[in-house]
Amino acid sequence: MPTSGTEDRSVARLDNVSVRFGAYDALKDVTASFSPGAVGLLGPNGAGKSTLLKALLGFVTPTAGRMDVLGIDVAKDPQRVRARLGYMPESDGHIPGMNAVSFVAYCAQLAGLPRSDAMQRAHEVLYYVGLGEARYRNTETYSAGMKQRIKLAQALVHDPDLLFLDEPTNGMDPKGRDEMLELVVDLATRKGVNLILSSHLLPDVEATCDRVVVMYEGAVATQGTIADLKQRRRQVFEVRVKGDVDTFVRALETAGAECHGTGEDLLRVLVTPDQGPRDLFALAARHQVQVRHLRPSVPTLEDVFAEAIGEE
Amino acid sequence: MTPIHDQSYRRYAGVRQEPGSAWLTIATTGIRTILGKKLFLLVLLAAWGQFFVRAVTFYLSANFPNLEILAPSVETFRQFFEIQEIFVLFVTVYVGSGLVANDRRSNAIQIYLSKPLSRVEYVVGKLGTLVFFLLLVTLAPALALLFLEIMFSASVAFVGANLFLIPAITLYALVEVLLSAFTMLALSSLTTSARYTAMLYAGVVLFTAALFSILFGITNSSALAWLSFRANLDQIGDVIFRLPPRYDSSWFLSVVVVALLIGLSVFVLERRVRGVEVVT
Repeated sequence: MPTSGTEDRSVARLDNVSVRFGAYDALKDVTASFSPGAVGLLGPNGAGKSTLLKALLGFVTPTAGRMDVLGIDVAKDPQRVRARLGYMPESDGHIPGMNAVSFVAYCAQLAGLPRSDAMQRAHEVLYYVGLGEARYRNTETYSAGMKQRIKLAQALVHDPDLLFLDEPTNGMDPKGRDEMLELVVDLATRKGVNLILSSHLLPDVEATCDRVVVMYEGAVATQGTIADLKQRRRQVFEVRVKGDVDTFVRALETAGAECHGTGEDLLRVLVTPDQGPRDLFALAARHQVQVRHLRPSVPTLEDVFAEAIGEE
Repeated sequence: MTPIHDQSYRRYAGVRQEPGSAWLTIATTGIRTILGKKLFLLVLLAAWGQFFVRAVTFYLSANFPNLEILAPSVETFRQFFEIQEIFVLFVTVYVGSGLVANDRRSNAIQIYLSKPLSRVEYVVGKLGTLVFFLLLVTLAPALALLFLEIMFSASVAFVGANLFLIPAITLYALVEVLLSAFTMLALSSLTTSARYTAMLYAGVVLFTAALFSILFGITNSSALAWLSFRANLDQIGDVIFRLPPRYDSSWFLSVVVVALLIGLSVFVLERRVRGVEVVT
């Protein structure tokens, strides 16, 4: 499994952590490191992303392993860890009967801020997340997108050093989603807040993070910078041919390459490390197929993700 | 050019309290929220009605010798608590039924526990809200009555002769309040509906009282008084106020039942108040 070379300055790390719920292994011997900045926690539903975040928060006790957050042992001092963390949960969460500003100020007080500071921060943070005009409305009357924003506000109000965002764009319309992602980028790049963004939406992670930890079935499938992971993949070519396409595809596969149709008449061909464009042209000539288009393709995070979890 | 007032996100450079005092924030916020409800203020006013009536009788007995029949006794304070039972029930249901249930309904527990506070602090904060109001309708008026008795009679003779009354009032109020508060909070943690919790609590109190009454009718003995939520408190109350116990069952058995109920409530709360709900 690829690992980064920045473990010593990680904001959160897990060493051989296992979490079991009854007979179900939610996390299996997970070793992962989250470096400063924005790190994506990727994986399909049920991969163990939320469990990993809840373990780091101290909500669930691992059956094995050790976890550190910001240099603090989670098992020994979970409250000191949570004092420096902000958590935006996946499911809706609010305190009944409160308007937004009271709710967010209350959360700040719970995190240890004096009452006057808590109220001032609540107003500032609500403006920052785009709820300034709606801050005196009861949170129970908020739309799905507004509920996402208020969850971000309560996670931010005490100025955490590390932010856990669990599916932050869930239920948001495209405009709201873009705005949420802009906030995430702003926090990570300009405000100096480290964050872990858990999502099953690859574009969200690609738009906001430069590193990822990919999880699958309770284990870490791969981790590293997105750029590194993309480079590690085999070279990909977009190919359009005229002639017997099926025969050409079979020949490519026999030669060790992987072929995927794109839905148009284009093929995405993943060649072996020792193969190049010349080999493709030679193979095409041998099978009397005319190459009409050939260009290197940029590997996507989707390619990385699919390879990590063993999907085609 | 920088804006006059930057409304963007700013890092916080102020002071932070060390973890450990969040329970006080939870309790005081809960108290403020409840005090903002007009209906509850009416309940509170009604709960202090007996205090005002008793205060008048204390005044009359102290100032008019021919009304000595109204003079306070140990029984007066015991009766005071018996009459307050109904308000203890109202306040417990009104304040306590939604304390955890509403948080469970709105997934607020994970918000609370993602802050630097422990599950114990969360429970203590919620208990604090309920205990405050229950003491406000039990201990506070009872002690205030004792104080008024001294003031009106301009003498400490009654209190001096019954010095045990101060610890008795305090102890009984605490037993009654803690049993009610723990039981209600545990029931509230079992559901996501304040209304259902209220029915559940009232059901426990009324059903156990009805069960005891039926068994008393059949057996013609009150040896099974320990089955009733209220009868246990009555039995313990009589002993605390140095009065003959009213039921045939042992008062010690009632103490055990009350301790078991509080213990069971703590166990339920320990299982139900968690940052993550695990269904296996």
